[in-house]
Amino acid sequence: MTAAPDLLARRLLVVTGKGGVGKSTVTAGLALLAADLGKRVLIVEVDGKGDICTKFEHPPVGFDPVEVHPNISVLAMDTEASLREYLRLNLKVPVLGRLGPVARVFDFVATAAPGVKEVLTIGKVAWEVRESIEGRAPWDLVLVDAAATGHVVAQMGAPDAIRDLVSVGPIRSQTEWMIEILSDPAITALNVVTTPEEMPVSETIDLVTRARTELDVPLGAVIVNRVLPELFARAEEAAFGALDTDAARAALGAHLGDDAGLDAVLSGARLAVALRRTRAVHLANLRAAVDLPMLYLPYLFTRTHGMRETRVVADSLGAEFGL
Amino acid sequence: MSGERASLGGLVAAKEIIVLCGSGGVGKTSIAAATALGAASRTGGKVLVLTIDPAKRLASALGLAEIGNVETRVPDSAFTEVGLTPRGELWAAMLDTKQSWDALVMRHAPDEATARRIIDNALYDNITGRFVQSHDYIAMERLFEVHASGAYDLIVIDTPPTRNALDFLEAPHRMAEFFGGRLLRWLTAPYRFGGGRGARLVNLASRPFYQVADRILGSQFLQDIAEFFLNFQSMYDGFVARARAVERLLHDKRTTFVVVTTLEASPLHEARVFCEELVTRDFPFGAIVLNKTLPASFTSAEGARAATVLTDDAEELAAGLAATGEPALGDAGLDARMLRTIAGSYRNFAVVASREAELRTELGRAPDVVVDVPNLDVDVHDLAGLARIAEALFGDGA
Repeated sequence: MTAAPDLLARRLLVVTGKGGVGKSTVTAGLALLAADLGKRVLIVEVDGKGDICTKFEHPPVGFDPVEVHPNISVLAMDTEASLREYLRLNLKVPVLGRLGPVARVFDFVATAAPGVKEVLTIGKVAWEVRESIEGRAPWDLVLVDAAATGHVVAQMGAPDAIRDLVSVGPIRSQTEWMIEILSDPAITALNVVTTPEEMPVSETIDLVTRARTELDVPLGAVIVNRVLPELFARAEEAAFGALDTDAARAALGAHLGDDAGLDAVLSGARLAVALRRTRAVHLANLRAAVDLPMLYLPYLFTRTHGMRETRVVADSLGAEFGL
Repeated sequence: MSGERASLGGLVAAKEIIVLCGSGGVGKTSIAAATALGAASRTGGKVLVLTIDPAKRLASALGLAEIGNVETRVPDSAFTEVGLTPRGELWAAMLDTKQSWDALVMRHAPDEATARRIIDNALYDNITGRFVQSHDYIAMERLFEVHASGAYDLIVIDTPPTRNALDFLEAPHRMAEFFGGRLLRWLTAPYRFGGGRGARLVNLASRPFYQVADRILGSQFLQDIAEFFLNFQSMYDGFVARARAVERLLHDKRTTFVVVTTLEASPLHEARVFCEELVTRDFPFGAIVLNKTLPASFTSAEGARAATVLTDDAEELAAGLAATGEPALGDAGLDARMLRTIAGSYRNFAVVASREAELRTELGRAPDVVVDVPNLDVDVHDLAGLARIAEALFGDGA
């Protein structure tokens, strides 16, 4: 399958991936692409490392959304702030006056009661989506720079887990509308970023399987980051192979007058060909195991970072979406 | 240490525990396996690699169909098949969080009935399975257990892929704090003197907490949690003593930490923070492994010059190649294109290599040993592949 243009029509795109594959870069690129299309975007950064803001060359933000680029706002998840907001909005509990003791016990409750931290995270996300659908928040798209593959199932499944554990009480009824939003394929998609390397591919395959069996959340696309270019067509590859012959080396060496430089370039090209080849095997495995739309992003050889990198990624994504 | 190649050899000879850490995706597991393999084939003795990674690849690379929670010996035939001579024994185990927690509960619970009540509680799976820190703690706990058994001369442990590489250092301390904390007593206080109606007699100190918790969670759920922790608390003494012992072991001179990173901005930044923290907190810091680095030939002046000539004189060179009579080199147009392509590829990777070189200078407060492991052109899928990494780690490769 190729591009999935309808993905950008949804209201909630969750982006996960193994650590180190460029999850935040891709999330920022998606946000910029959506903003290019005239959408107002909210990015929720769950891991709180502040990577998203650096992609827009903006200082770190807190729990209140800050516009980091025209039409792109970012909020950094803070489960304690989320709890405070939840209590204020839903239960009318007057906790503002005595936040001290509440804050102290909160961390403990969240540790002791499984899923509480996760549900406060995903609940805040779902709440922003619901508010925007009902016209009370300005977002056309909420993008989540979510937990890594190992943790995202627990995070996305938190409302279900809570509903299974808690038979009555206000939190149970709160989970119902969250599940409704998260499970609606017209609203939500869970997307996985990977690279064409062994571990990221195998984690992606595992995650897609787990998401299908354990979650009631629609899957969107797999975004394959850092794809190396194919250097040669077949005939060129044969010619490249023939450069190793004594006659060819002598011909090139005579002109260059320097073996070290020629060796550096030739061994570099061999490494590039070999890397591309092993990665192609992983890509083939991924395609065979996962029947989701795939978007490909090239390996960036430039020094580009920050806003310029985000721009390059957004443009590549746009091309992949056929825009 | 000028003139000498940086190596993990000294650490492997002097230490009993090597803890590998670094951010996700840097290749910790492969480095752990290669370190253990290198030790077993160079210095002898019994070496164990303890990993948390679920990769089947490690099992097959070590010639084992499957690595489980129980330590398994890598057969000598796996060494000899790839031309290695095992001087010691190589063992491997993969941490199963659930099984390890069960064993821990069985050990520390006052009696089997309590242990069963804890393990059968619906909350138990959630707590042991879902919390990232529970993986951290169990990894350190298992390390302690294996070390205390005295069965191995060297243990190489690969730390869990935590969101924050520092989390596992805190895990034993946090676990002790958790069980010893006033908060746990608060939570369980109303349930200690019988349940039912009596449970509503909340003591004064915990009242604000219950007001909030009750409204969020519902009182039934709260009671379930409290009962679970009441049982859990019966393991308090055993747990706390153990957590402290684990913490001491991590600070011990027989232990060393090795930070693994790639020369990419984000993992390297995390590695630097981690190195500083190790020093600040007085953990024994042994080495940095720079994994998957590009060869120095990509930044050489000769290479850059050759790439320029290959591009500028491509047609002339192609004519020369055609004259060699090699069957694959007859098409001068195609050959010229191919020469420009490889020159362009060289320049691409040269940009990445010079970025790596810049990042390398930012390492700052590095320990004595900084080991480079080159980017191998193939995936490591067997003992021979791990042996190649080991050669780089031990500085005795070809």
